[in-house]
Amino acid sequence: MPEDRLVIAGREFKSRLWVGTGKYKDFVETKKAIDTAGADVVTVAVRRVNITDRSKENLLDYLDPKKYTILPNTAGCYTVEDALRYARLARAAGVSDLVKLEVIGDERTLFPDTAGLIEAARILVKEGFIVLPYTNDDPVVAKKLVDIGCPAVMPLAAPIGSGLGIRNPYNLRIILETVKVPVIVDAGVGTASDATLAMEYGADAVLMNTAIAGARDPIAMAEAMKYAVEAGRLAYKAGRIPRKLYATASSPIEGML
Amino acid sequence: MNIQVNGEGRTANAGVTVAELLRELNIRPDRVAVEVNTEVLNRQEFERRGLCEGDRVEIISFIGGGRDYGVFDA
Repeated sequence: MPEDRLVIAGREFKSRLWVGTGKYKDFVETKKAIDTAGADVVTVAVRRVNITDRSKENLLDYLDPKKYTILPNTAGCYTVEDALRYARLARAAGVSDLVKLEVIGDERTLFPDTAGLIEAARILVKEGFIVLPYTNDDPVVAKKLVDIGCPAVMPLAAPIGSGLGIRNPYNLRIILETVKVPVIVDAGVGTASDATLAMEYGADAVLMNTAIAGARDPIAMAEAMKYAVEAGRLAYKAGRIPRKLYATASSPIEGML
Repeated sequence: MNIQVNGEGRTANAGVTVAELLRELNIRPDRVAVEVNTEVLNRQEFERRGLCEGDRVEIISFIGGGRDYGVFDA
């Protein structure tokens, strides 16, 4: 099979399943889930170092930045200023210019504040960041983000951690037709079929955290998600048959008695 | 002198550098980013940058992410 690599801003990624690193019971489980999923992009959050208890281990002791693409996010930021601050700190922490930009607009839904997102993205792109924006399933906003220089967009399937799956497949399909950059479906995946559907629609990758970390058996779910994303991608490339209302016989009529 | 590190008051020797503060706290400089009074420092500045009375220092790193962890003060 020819290589089917995802390329964003000149960087090549081998897996189309990206995973978050939150909500696992410990770093050992985190790493096992990531490796089972086969993910090479992992998201991390930017937070204060615990200075009173230095016995705590560092996530990067488990996830070698040479082996994985560490994608810092600005999760928890509700203002443009906060998102910029976290992004700049993440870059200073020395991993890369990549940032998964989140400007959250509402605590209950964790939906993005798309006006703030566009404003923050514009500033960070000017500062040389590779901005991967977590956005709503809104084709107009996705297009604006691409126009200001985002090399990919990350529309949500459903609210973060909700497990509801793709709530608006039609908008997702319009986004896929509208933008000419990779589309990574981010947030809201509940189970393997959700990830497969996203890939069948033509998404370039899927990012998830809770669907794996919150499963009864996270490692088994990581494996399920790996196959789900691969199956969806293969089906998309193979080209599905059209939906028809009536039957079409598979066996020939000719030669019947 | 008194400084604030990650939101907590702390006494430090006058003119202590960021690099010295990190050593004192047993923190590897290659895994963190440091902000002094909301200005993000380049890692090369850690050895040079001396701290002053009342400085607010933030030392951050990457954690599993992840959401709904406490954000730090402005």
